[in-house]
This record gives sequence, structure tokens and C-alpha cells, in this order.
Amino acid sequence: MHAEPQLDVRAVHLWRGERHLLRGTSFVLNGGELLQVVGPNGVGKTSLLRCVAGLLPTESGEIVWRGKQLHECRDDYYQSLAYLAHINALKPDLTALENLQYSVALRRPVTHPELRETFARLRIAPCADLPARSLSAGQKRRVAIGRILLTRAALWILDEPITNLDSAGIALFEECMADHLGQGGMILTAAHQLLLQGRQGVRTLELH
Amino acid sequence: MQSSGLGALVRLVIARDLRLAARHWDQVMQPLIFFAIITTLFPLAISPALDELRRIAPGVVWVAAMLASLLALESLFRPDVEDGTMEQWVLSGQPLSILLLAKVVTHWLLTGLPLVLMSPLVGTALGMPQSVWPVLMATLALGTGSLSMLGGVGAALTVSVRRGSVLLALLVLPLEMPVLIFGARAVDLAMHSEAVAGPLNLLAAVLLFFLSLGPFAMAAAMRVSVES
Repeated sequence: MHAEPQLDVRAVHLWRGERHLLRGTSFVLNGGELLQVVGPNGVGKTSLLRCVAGLLPTESGEIVWRGKQLHECRDDYYQSLAYLAHINALKPDLTALENLQYSVALRRPVTHPELRETFARLRIAPCADLPARSLSAGQKRRVAIGRILLTRAALWILDEPITNLDSAGIALFEECMADHLGQGGMILTAAHQLLLQGRQGVRTLELH
Repeated sequence: MQSSGLGALVRLVIARDLRLAARHWDQVMQPLIFFAIITTLFPLAISPALDELRRIAPGVVWVAAMLASLLALESLFRPDVEDGTMEQWVLSGQPLSILLLAKVVTHWLLTGLPLVLMSPLVGTALGMPQSVWPVLMATLALGTGSLSMLGGVGAALTVSVRRGSVLLALLVLPLEMPVLIFGARAVDLAMHSEAVAGPLNLLAAVLLFFLSLGPFAMAAAMRVSVES
């Protein structure tokens, strides 16, 4: 264990309208660890993930990244963060390749062979030059996962990443997650189906 | 990451938006057609007599330009916010103000610049002498820039409001009045062969003001819109 956790979420409270959604949620995340947030629909899994990603201001509580408060190191934090939301953030009019090119190039220079390699790894190489509008839901999800892989961020925050994926896609994605954890990466997901069960460093957090 | 400099970032966003625009030309053309139609309505409704038209021409061209730019604003940020791209931009660790400024610049290239280029044609139809063209184009170039920036702030504020286009108009139009006044006044002065430096300078000053503060206001408004 590290002396200081990489990501430390302490007693986060969040209200959405009249509902007290998160009631003192706390957890820590270190290199090589996967935390899966589980719970019934509407319990606040997405809200928790958005809070940790800094997309939702919390009512109280602290989110500490590498020893610093989130609001003190936002740019730093975002450069080590890859966030996959419910929606895939793909432009229907751009091809799958252009979509990834533009979104990844915002963060780091990326080359075409590198992009093609990721498409091949996710078994969607033939889709690369098709407009995103013509892809199936599962293929779009794979393209969005490709963005996460290409971002090369230390922390992945994934909101129900395996939505629309077939069983081969889920197996492939588990492989990618295992690789990321093996390289000391961290993953926080909201999921209805537990992934990488039994692996060391994989935990669940149940919301009530 | 700072490895990709700000210039590269701006070029990236502009290249992306131009490519997107090239794939749906029909939508890009709409405000321009709107501009052309509105200005043609006046001769039909008021009188085809050139003397009368000439008197109202500066105002007509300017009001039409304002409305056309307002029409185009609706699609400035909304698609990016709805498909989750904006969320990724907020989380990219790059300065959001620069990214949004690049978007507004592209927006101006696609909606403001064509208005500027079309204006002599429209002006001629309303009986403006050829000598006024340079002033007309200059005021529109400066003015539509201001309208795009100001509109960008309004669009960022209202993007999370469902059916926010009316709210956007109510918010932005009153603030655009100085631009309209100086712009139409300069053209009017030019038609009477008087000095136009005053209103032109004021238009330029307004544009500089919006360019310097607009990006930060847009970024702040966009964060509020996305973080909800």
C-alpha cells in the first residue's frame, strides 16, 4: 500500500432537489485498483462518478487527488483522468477515426497508425472510416472505449462501460481493464455486472 | 497537456468544426438565406421606390444581419453539449475559454463572414450606392464579430435550458443594441458622404472588449451549464 492514497474521497454528501442522494460516501483508490460502484437504479451511481470527475459540485466532503484538494489541482487532475459517460461523445457526421483523432488530439498528439492500432485492438478496424451515425450501439461504445485507451490517463472513471457490448466485447474490455490495472492504473466504474471478479485489488462499493 | 500548444489547439477545433460544417451545408446556409429573404421583404412591403428604400437601407441590412446571427447561435454549442463532447472538453485539462473562442471564431467564419461578403449585393438591391460598400462591409465585419462573441456568452448560459432560443434572444438582443446603433449610424453617415471614423472606432472598441472578456465569460457560463 502507498503511504498516501492516490484518490481519496471523504464523506461526500450530495442533494439532488429534495433527495439526499449521497450520504457521506467515502473510499480510497490506489494504483492497480478497481472500484465498482453498485446499487439499484437511481441510487446515485452516476452522480457519485460525476462528483469525483469534478462535474458536479458536492454539498460537503472532500475529494483529494495525490494529496491535493480537487479544486486546487483541477488541470493536473483532468490530465490524468479519462471519463466515459452514458453518452459516447461521438459526432454522428464524423467518421469513427476522425472522432477519436479530434478528441484525443485535444490532450496529446496522436498519429494515424496509433489510432488504427486501437481500432484493431477493439476489433472494429473496418468501422474506422465509416461515419459514426452508421455504427451500431455496441460499435459506438467500442469507439468510445478506444478514446479511453488512447487518452493514456492514470484514472479511468467509467459510467456503465459495458452497456451495449456483446459478450466478446465485454471479455475484450475486461482484458483492457486488466492491462490498465497491471500498469498501475486506477478504475472507478458504475456497473450492474461485476467485472474482473476475484482479481486482486478489485472491490465493490454499495450505495443504498 | 501543454505539449500541444494553444495555437495547435485552436487549429484543431477550427478544423473539426469546419469539417463538421462541410458535412451539413444545408444547416450552415440557413441563416444566410434568411438574411437574403428578410432584406428582400422590405422593397416588397414598403415601396420599390429607390429613394425611400435608400433611407431605410442601413437599418434594414443591420437588423437583418442581427437576426440572422441570432438564428445561427442556437446551433453554436447545443450539439456539442447534447452529445457529451462539451463534457469531454471541460475534462480535457485544456483552457475551456480558448476552446470556446475557437468555436466562436469558426462560427463567425461560417455565418458572419458570408454576411459581410453578401452585403454589397443586398445593399445594391436596397439602392445603396457603390461608394458605401467599403463602409458597409467594414461595419458588418466588426459588428458581426461582436454579435458572435456576445451571442457565444448567451448561448453558453442558455445551452442547458430546454427550448432556450427565445430566452437567448431576450438575453442577447438588448445587449447588442450598441452594435446596431453604431453600425447602422456609420452606414447612414457614409451614405450622406460624412466622416464615419467615430462610429467605426466605437465598433472596433466594442469588438475588442468582447474579444478580451468574452472567452472567460463563456467558459464560466459553460461550466455552470455542464456541471448540473
